[in-house]
Amino acid sequence: MTVVLMFFAMLAGLAGWWLARQRLTAKPWLEQGVLDGVPDFQLSHDPAKRTGLSFLLAVIGALFTLVIGAWFMRSDFGDWRALPIPEILWANTGALILSSIALEYSQWAVRRGDLLRVRIGLVAAALFAVLFVLGQLEAWWQLYSAGFFVAGNPANSFFYLVTGLHGLHILGGLIALVWAIAKAWTAEQADTVRLKVELGATYWLFMLFVWMVLFALLNGWIGEFVAFCQSLIS
Amino acid sequence: MVDATHGHDAHAAEFPDAELYHPRSWWTKYVFSQDAKVIAIQYASTALAIGFVALALSWVMRMQLAFPGFLEFVDANAYYQAITVHGMVMVIYLITALFLGGFGNYLIPLMLGARDMVFPYVNMLSYWTYLLAVLVLVASFFAPGGPTGAGWTLYPPQAILSNTPGQQAGIILMLVSLILFVIGFTMGGLNYIVTVLQARARGMTLMRMPLTIWGIFIATVMAMLAFPALFVACVMMLFDRLLGTSFFMPALVEMGEHLSYGGGSPILFQHLFWFFGHPEVYIVALPAFGIVSDLISTHARKNIFGYRMMVWALVIIGALSFVVWAHHMYVSGMNPWFGFFFATTTLIIAVPTAIKVYNWVLTLWRGDIHFTLPMLFALGFIVTFVNGGLTGLFLGNVVVDVPLSDTMFVVAHFHMVMGVAPILVIFGAIYHWYPKVTGRMLDQTLGLIHFWITFVGAYLIFFPMHYLGIMGVPRRYFESQDISFLPPSAHDLNVFITVCALIVGAAQMVFVFNLIWSIRHGKPAGGNPWRATTLEWQTPETPPAHGNFGRELPVVYRWAYDYSVPGAAEDFIPQNQPGGAPPHKEGSE
Ligand code: HEM
Ligand SMILES: [Cu+2]
Repeated sequence: MTVVLMFFAMLAGLAGWWLARQRLTAKPWLEQGVLDGVPDFQLSHDPAKRTGLSFLLAVIGALFTLVIGAWFMRSDFGDWRALPIPEILWANTGALILSSIALEYSQWAVRRGDLLRVRIGLVAAALFAVLFVLGQLEAWWQLYSAGFFVAGNPANSFFYLVTGLHGLHILGGLIALVWAIAKAWTAEQADTVRLKVELGATYWLFMLFVWMVLFALLNGWIGEFVAFCQSLIS
Repeated sequence: MVDATHGHDAHAAEFPDAELYHPRSWWTKYVFSQDAKVIAIQYASTALAIGFVALALSWVMRMQLAFPGFLEFVDANAYYQAITVHGMVMVIYLITALFLGGFGNYLIPLMLGARDMVFPYVNMLSYWTYLLAVLVLVASFFAPGGPTGAGWTLYPPQAILSNTPGQQAGIILMLVSLILFVIGFTMGGLNYIVTVLQARARGMTLMRMPLTIWGIFIATVMAMLAFPALFVACVMMLFDRLLGTSFFMPALVEMGEHLSYGGGSPILFQHLFWFFGHPEVYIVALPAFGIVSDLISTHARKNIFGYRMMVWALVIIGALSFVVWAHHMYVSGMNPWFGFFFATTTLIIAVPTAIKVYNWVLTLWRGDIHFTLPMLFALGFIVTFVNGGLTGLFLGNVVVDVPLSDTMFVVAHFHMVMGVAPILVIFGAIYHWYPKVTGRMLDQTLGLIHFWITFVGAYLIFFPMHYLGIMGVPRRYFESQDISFLPPSAHDLNVFITVCALIVGAAQMVFVFNLIWSIRHGKPAGGNPWRATTLEWQTPETPPAHGNFGRELPVVYRWAYDYSVPGAAEDFIPQNQPGGAPPHKEGSE
């Protein structure tokens, strides 16, 4: 419950900060005419997509926070038996990091107008992402072969649940990535794919962050950390 | 298409600047359309259609309660199934979808002076995902075992145990349908939010937005953050049901056999469910609040009283409603300090809500009230809402809630606040905006019949239920006749309620007839029949053509409530009319 409250407090903080700058204390019945300082949105479509992505990330963040909250609640029960984390998850984490780096590279190339490097970055990112997904499937297979079935223990269930949800989000991102590659292939200038690459890189960084948190959770580090903090307080 | 002055196809060339999508064929224009107005109508018709299924189910339930055995196919199981689907459809597939998908899509671009939503393609996907969700839900009627009978709260463990009807397929379809609904809604919600934030006309500051848009906007933000909880709960329950995991399922013995479940936590589900469920109450309430504010201001020819407070109240209610969810779980056992915290936050929400009510009343005070149909429904809403709010204060107290929990008192309470009240607003809003959508007015006489029967009838149905509840009639019981402590008069009351429910239901047919008949035969409405200030009434064509505003987008010079401004030529000044009138001196805050 605490994680969930913290996440929503953070969102509330962001919303409050934003609202505080929106002249909500204006007295609209006294003001007439076109006001200064009001943006004219007709100029470009790009910021809309950027705002859209940030809200999407907030929703995805809420989703994973709730799962993590549920994880903590459920793991307090006596029947919880942590399962061994397959070694391959380290390699997968590496693949996801490389994928993100490739997208950053692509983004850097977009800024320099270097279409070739943009393409290389995108393709590399997609390949590493595929590697990540395959690696996750391999991890599932290893656990399954070792007898850690979904229904065996709540710890197993949560393992499959969180990696599955995260994997689906990566697959969704991959579709967007393939779309961006197709665009980059027919594009004449790097600028045409600029927004796609930038948004993709942001999304990827976010999913990498989510994965890091989940990975720490699966390894039990977060639990240890919380216990450590509690020992400091008491 | 009444006073459309020129054909639609000319538009392709009209605004080359906008990256607007242009339909090429009949299919992309009316079926797979990306125009928010068409999507709005699709959303609204689908929601109303499935809403009628839910209405029919309420007849089935009422028939059973008053005349047990009359409908032969109704046994305890069928009754549970009817309750469940009725509740779920009414709350989510009808009201939420209609307010946000229907009114949101139609009004956001038009009231803010935009050509369309910012992501039209995603918007179209949103509708088709919603339709799929509805179809999956409907499919459960035809699945072996029928729809689920777990109650709209779907509490595990009983939701997936074999003595609950619909355990084979119904519950799976229900969960899948909800998951689809959340996905579809998220796609739509991104559109509504970003359009409000980034596609407003020049001069349309946030504080010049009509309250309708504020209500829809805040409700959408809330829904985007609350629905993930429902999503997670559904996915995890689907795991429990299909893969045999024990997220929510404790160790159970069923018919002498140990089930393979063990150790799961039903309370965890309740937390997730109410983390969504309580905000959901306000997700259906906030758009209603917003729309009512605009209806009474327009039809009382007065500026809304305390616009700023109205906006702040919406924001505060939206934020607070995320920290009260556990008041639904007083009877589930919890730390009394938590109980105290949640009871306090619950009562605090009453403050901004009360402010809104006062402001509506003060807006009406000495207004030039036109008793048009939208105004009647708005007044009906205010009365009903106050009424339901008072009984809510009872239930918000832990001490009072415990004995009344799970009685008809609760049923009466939530039908008043989240059933009747928002539905009255939906009707009012349809009478108000129908002329813009079709170019013709709805028939006044039929409308009056509809209003009086619905309004008075709703009271006759739900008021007596409070008494039944205090007498101790439990909810979700498919017959109460054998309960020894109930006097026979309780049954007479039940018969009375049922007769009223059937009449109210029949009155809705009048409404549907009116909707269809008036498309062709209604009185032509002209562009601005209510002489309203907001931008949707200032479009060059009615119904608005593709692209909404013709060649030039409007520029906004004032707030949305310049009614009866002293010294002005007319009793309203459209938002896009430049300069002129003296500022308000009195009565604004
Ligand atoms: C004429 C209109 C309506 C009638 C006659 C009616 C009647 C009923 C009845 C008889 C029940 C079952 C009570 C019980 O035995 O527990 C019920 C439950 C319910 N109704 Fe309605 N209803 C109507 C409209 C609505 C509307 C507009 C909503 C929208 C919010 C709504 C939401 C619910 C919910 C959430 C439940 C609880 C389901 C459950 O217990 O799982 N109803 N209604
Ligand atoms: Cu609540």
